[in-house]
Amino acid sequence: MISPDTRIPRSSISPLPGQASSPIPSALGFVWNSINLFLEWFGDIGIFAWQVMRSAVRRPFEGRELIRQLDEIGSRSLPLVALAGSAIGAVLALETRSSLVRFGAKSMLPAAIVFSIIHETGPVVTGLVVSGRVGAGIGAELGSMKVTEQIDAIEASGVNPYKFLAFTRIMACILVLPLLTLAADFCGVVIGWVANTLAEPISFQKFINQGLAGTSFSDFLAPTFRTAVFGLIIGMIGCFQGMRTQGGTAGVGRSATSSVVISSLFVILADVILVKIILVFFP
Amino acid sequence: MMPSGQEVLQSVDESGSSPSPENTAGEKAVSAIVLRGLHKSFASQIVLDGVDLTVSSGETLAVLGRSGTGKSVLLKLIIGLQQPDSGSILIHGQEIAGLPLDAMNELRKKMGFLFQHAALYDSLTVEQNVAFPLKRHTKMTESEQSERVKGLLHGVGMEGDLKKMPSELSGGMQKRVGLARALALEPAILLLDEPTAGLDPITSGEIDELILKLQEEHDMASIVVTHDLHSAKTIADRLALLHRGNVLIDGSFEELEKSHDEFVAEFLKRDS
Repeated sequence: MISPDTRIPRSSISPLPGQASSPIPSALGFVWNSINLFLEWFGDIGIFAWQVMRSAVRRPFEGRELIRQLDEIGSRSLPLVALAGSAIGAVLALETRSSLVRFGAKSMLPAAIVFSIIHETGPVVTGLVVSGRVGAGIGAELGSMKVTEQIDAIEASGVNPYKFLAFTRIMACILVLPLLTLAADFCGVVIGWVANTLAEPISFQKFINQGLAGTSFSDFLAPTFRTAVFGLIIGMIGCFQGMRTQGGTAGVGRSATSSVVISSLFVILADVILVKIILVFFP
Repeated sequence: MMPSGQEVLQSVDESGSSPSPENTAGEKAVSAIVLRGLHKSFASQIVLDGVDLTVSSGETLAVLGRSGTGKSVLLKLIIGLQQPDSGSILIHGQEIAGLPLDAMNELRKKMGFLFQHAALYDSLTVEQNVAFPLKRHTKMTESEQSERVKGLLHGVGMEGDLKKMPSELSGGMQKRVGLARALALEPAILLLDEPTAGLDPITSGEIDELILKLQEEHDMASIVVTHDLHSAKTIADRLALLHRGNVLIDGSFEELEKSHDEFVAEFLKRDS
């Protein structure tokens, strides 16, 4: 289990009573404490990831629970992701159109919409929407199970919670994110076409042909599959924050919020790094 | 070299230093649980400070004490949910400290645990909760599992609530279902964490009767952590009073009553 015992007590780095009035030791203490907590968090999540990976290679493989999580995380996120993709498609079509018309490049509109959605907007929006819905859901569910001793009950019945609860959710996130990205991309392109057609009618086939002109399969593959990394981040952080919850219902709320905030930050950070890597390997 | 679990058990039984009584048939009791010099602290707070306890098969030990004296921690150490700082925990002669996870999980199948608030899985129905250990650890068919679950729930008087969710049950009903789940794999050891806490006197009495009935039906070693002296007197063969991280007194209720210790007298007076 993730033991809260390992946390360095705040009292050990607080200023001595005689020094309390001095702002410098107090500020140093705060910085020192923050650095400690930051490094401690990375250490803890590293240990957690190792426990999950170690449990994943042992039988039983929890196929039934994995399917349940695929449904929970995948099917139930689909409407939200589709809606977000559609909104992005509509906004892109409306915004880009006026800019391109100004520069006399109206014919580039389908390519701009399709390329933008497939390359960047679709994957990032899917990652952020899922980190909001699924990250909060996992953090709150596991947090609530932790504070009501349900995770202890699973462990006490001889079942490994790292595998049964964490691995299944993380794997479901990894598998589902690329599929949800496809859905978001599709909805974005279709609604982008609809928005474009309302201003200036164009057949869907022509729109797609113009949109995909000059793009290769790698343009589509690498950005879509980088969302598997987003899935890993969302699942891992949600499970980690949930399973280390302390402090009753308030703690559950904190876990849900921190799951969303931290996973969203890491999704954006990973996006920057992965875009750079993809540009190196698929110039 | 560390002595093996069997050697420790043997020496305990032969020396007669174990507080476990011989059973009525005069046979030497087999120790199901042996705790030796158990220490556990959280940060600077020492919770257990060298606890020694022995529970034989078929025996029920009630662990009493004030809040925060480490009674629940003791149970969690026995089932391996927490690790002791030092000391030895032997389950049927097997030392659990440092046991690999797979071996610990095998051992856990022989133990049933009733949590203080039942800890039922709130996304599963009553039936699914009780079937959870069976699905995981047995090769029973669906119909065999269903029969076993119905039997277990019948045993705790909950056979009519198979399809209910835990949120639809009262505290007493949740404890009954928790008991049924704890008994699903026919454990040799039963650990009960405050089985009557938060229940009205009538429901508490019903739970006590249920535990007594289950003890008669299954020959288990049980440890019951409780604040309820009346309940402890009803269901336990022996009582151990924890105070300041140690076992202050370990014996029958009569021995507890005869004690001249100030804290024991105060504890009994407050409860009566």
